[in-house]
Amino acid sequence: MVTLAHYLALSALLFGIGAVGFLVRRNALILFMCVELMLNAAGLAFVAASRYRGLLEGQLAVFFVLVVAAAEVAVGLALMVAIFRTKQTTNVDDLSSLRG
Amino acid sequence: MGEWIAFLVLAAVAIATALGTVAVRNAVHSALFLVLNLLTVAAFYLLLNAPFVAMVQIAVYAGAVMVLFLFVIMMLGAERVSGAPGMRWQIPLALAWGGILIGGILFAFLQAPMELPPAGSPPAPLGDPAAIGGRLLTTHALPFEVTSVLLLIAMVGVVVLARHHGSGG
Repeated sequence: MVTLAHYLALSALLFGIGAVGFLVRRNALILFMCVELMLNAAGLAFVAASRYRGLLEGQLAVFFVLVVAAAEVAVGLALMVAIFRTKQTTNVDDLSSLRG
Repeated sequence: MGEWIAFLVLAAVAIATALGTVAVRNAVHSALFLVLNLLTVAAFYLLLNAPFVAMVQIAVYAGAVMVLFLFVIMMLGAERVSGAPGMRWQIPLALAWGGILIGGILFAFLQAPMELPPAGSPPAPLGDPAAIGGRLLTTHALPFEVTSVLLLIAMVGVVVLARHHGSGG
């Protein structure tokens, strides 16, 4: 039988892959995708806990995480477009100076 | 038994697509792998009796958010980044740190007694949209309203950021 521990282990694995990707990759757009991967792994843990505990709160938490993630992506991508206009790159190593 | 097979197949797909998202060089391929990963997680939500969350995941995440991603990637033409690779020691260090993170979390979870059976048949259908909506607008009304303010702030912020500078508007 599939237990809560299996779901949590899978969620941890997905989160870890996202975290490693965030540290390894240099393209800012892929960094955003890795953040999505991690948020998604957390959502899986929430829903699994919700199912196995018989509580609805986990699914509500996922709902809020989803909204925050959507807002984060919208603002983040707008920032990337604004940065690309002046710097012509999305390589995070080239974006290390604070001057515009 | 059927649940096991479904879990194993979906878990394999989820991990493979997550690795694909992280590993492929082209950002468009990366985004497409991520769409597949989000759809797999939506299938997990269905398996976990959360049909409403699964549908929201497909519509909002795999749909709207990823379309935005692909749109921006293709608009900027930023499929591949160029430039100096940066710090050499970063990749091995990141891999080691990630291995420690995953190992630690797995150890903590598999150590704890989690042989919790699925909570029988819940009183009401657990992932029922009506139940979720009712809960959102009663006990969780404050976070719900805060969320709407957050979305408004994000919307205004994006408009301000996307406005062309120097156009006087």
